[in-house]
Amino acid sequence: MSVLSPGRKVEKLDRLAELAAASADGRGVSLWREAARRLRRNPSAIAGAVILGIFVLIAAIGPFFVPYGPTETIGVANGEVRPAAGIIPGPSAEHWLGYDHLGRDEFSRMVVGARQTLLVGVVATLIGMTVGCLIGGIAGAAHGLGGRWGRRVDTVLMRIVDMMLALPSLLLAISIAALLGPSLATVMIAVGAIAVPIFARLLRGSMIAQANAEYVLAATALGVRKRRIALGHILPNSLAPVLVQMTLTLATAIIEAAALSFLGLGNPDPSTPEWGKMLSDAQRYLEISPGLAIYPAIAIIITAFGFTLLGEAMREALDPKLRA
Amino acid sequence: MIRLILRRLLQLIPTLFGLSLLLFIWLHRLPGGPETAILGERGTPELREAVRRSLGLDQPLWVQYGRFVGRLVTGDLGVSIQTHRSVWTEFGERFPGTVELTIVAMVIAVSVGIPLGYLAARRRGTWLDTLAVGGSLFGICIPIFFLAYMLRLVLSIELGWFPATGRQSVGINATRVTGFFVLDGLLTREWDAAWDALWHLILPGIALASIPLAIITRMTRASVLEVLGEDYVRTAEAKGLTARVIRQRHVLRNALLPVVTTIGLLTGGLLSGAVLTETVFAFNGIGHFVAAAIPARDYPVLMGFIMIIALIYVLVNLLVDISYTIIDPRVRVR
Repeated sequence: MSVLSPGRKVEKLDRLAELAAASADGRGVSLWREAARRLRRNPSAIAGAVILGIFVLIAAIGPFFVPYGPTETIGVANGEVRPAAGIIPGPSAEHWLGYDHLGRDEFSRMVVGARQTLLVGVVATLIGMTVGCLIGGIAGAAHGLGGRWGRRVDTVLMRIVDMMLALPSLLLAISIAALLGPSLATVMIAVGAIAVPIFARLLRGSMIAQANAEYVLAATALGVRKRRIALGHILPNSLAPVLVQMTLTLATAIIEAAALSFLGLGNPDPSTPEWGKMLSDAQRYLEISPGLAIYPAIAIIITAFGFTLLGEAMREALDPKLRA
Repeated sequence: MIRLILRRLLQLIPTLFGLSLLLFIWLHRLPGGPETAILGERGTPELREAVRRSLGLDQPLWVQYGRFVGRLVTGDLGVSIQTHRSVWTEFGERFPGTVELTIVAMVIAVSVGIPLGYLAARRRGTWLDTLAVGGSLFGICIPIFFLAYMLRLVLSIELGWFPATGRQSVGINATRVTGFFVLDGLLTREWDAAWDALWHLILPGIALASIPLAIITRMTRASVLEVLGEDYVRTAEAKGLTARVIRQRHVLRNALLPVVTTIGLLTGGLLSGAVLTETVFAFNGIGHFVAAAIPARDYPVLMGFIMIIALIYVLVNLLVDISYTIIDPRVRVR
């Protein structure tokens, strides 16, 4: 029992003293502050944050400044766009990115589409995270604190999660889309469902690792209730990887929503432009006007890249192994 | 080793049963049965009832599940509701294509990803490293169907270097033996047929390989970096071993363990990607077929597919575990 051996005890006391001393002159560094400091020095984190800042800004205020309405079929009205004859004009001075196949201003649709794309990504990620963390949190708490029965609960939950992970994620999403029928909410739920098992596994693993930490032992020794230990001590300390995964999931959610649109299972409402749907609509006109596919695709790629850069940088910043 | 394989195969049985039960309930809970897909708008309640009865869907769910399991034990997956042909026949025509596609994608991903990841780690901080890391982060951000469309548009439609659709050119009259077109061509010595089939796999293979390639590159780089800092690598260098021996025996052997695990876990993702690539290239594979079976509520096809996927998943991960024992002698002891 290393905890009881005097050598270790002395070491630990010294360490405690060190920490106490450090916080006394106000320079104690918490995990989060340390992570934030490392993030600020990481160029790829800055790049990711800048990309996301621009994206969010466009999504938030862009729709108020667009030159044309996203559903106005101006090009058809003035006869400039005739998709049947293979005529879809490209970029010009009045229409910066040209017209789409229904004669709508592509630039305005791109700007308005940013908001919808962000909405789908964020809501889907929140759905996946909430459900996944609920499952993973219960499993992790049960495994860490619930004794033998808790382990059984954990085993059953994790078997189900493993099965979900084994299924091809897109087929899972397609079957959910088939269950609920096409709508905006369906896309969000289907894309969110893909992330559920990932979050569940992640939070469970993180909580089990924390359950063996000494502060949990200390709290147990002080007679703190198990529920309070799980919610007040273990959970907050296990959330760092979840936050990282959230950022990365935002990237994949946007891409997966586009894939669902491509398979014809996206939001059927034509009044709200969304990058994924614009991209899949444009496939049929690829040989006439490849730009119609390329603009939304580039927007999706850059946005997803921004989330990925930031997420990876956060993962590095929070990884204790890399901390100097 | 044999005990490991036997134990895994035995564990497979309860997993398959659990999975089949869950999916059976899930699929049959989906609103709108196959009768809606068959009859469309013109279905009267009587007609619907008749179709359901003819398909045996009027029975209680547990009876239907019992029948499914009964047939499954004898290896029968039933008849497709869409095509009225045996599910095995349908799969026999389509699975080989997807398997070939997946293998090509995996070969591309592994043969590029592992050397690239290794070099990036060895030359950490150089332009090559930045390019590999940046490229792999970028790679997972490209929607796979967009990449497939662009490859097809530029390399096959504009430049004509690759075929745009299908598994084999129409003009080729190839003998069918196994359903794997490349293998068939090699077996029957019809080299042009084999070459043509392989040529059809390249573009969809590249599109499908993009995400695994990105993941394998990053995993290899991270793993090699970790191993390069180990004492035994320094010892090997101090002993004056050649760079090649250090690379192959000391670094790669230890670094590849987590990479191999990842490769096993990528199978599920590859099948998702296959649905998209097969759709773009009008490639007659299983992904495209199954994606169409969901709205049609083709229960036998879906159940059979899931059973086979679960089987493949477990087998691939078993192979991964076996390859562990080859790469890492320490695992053999257990």
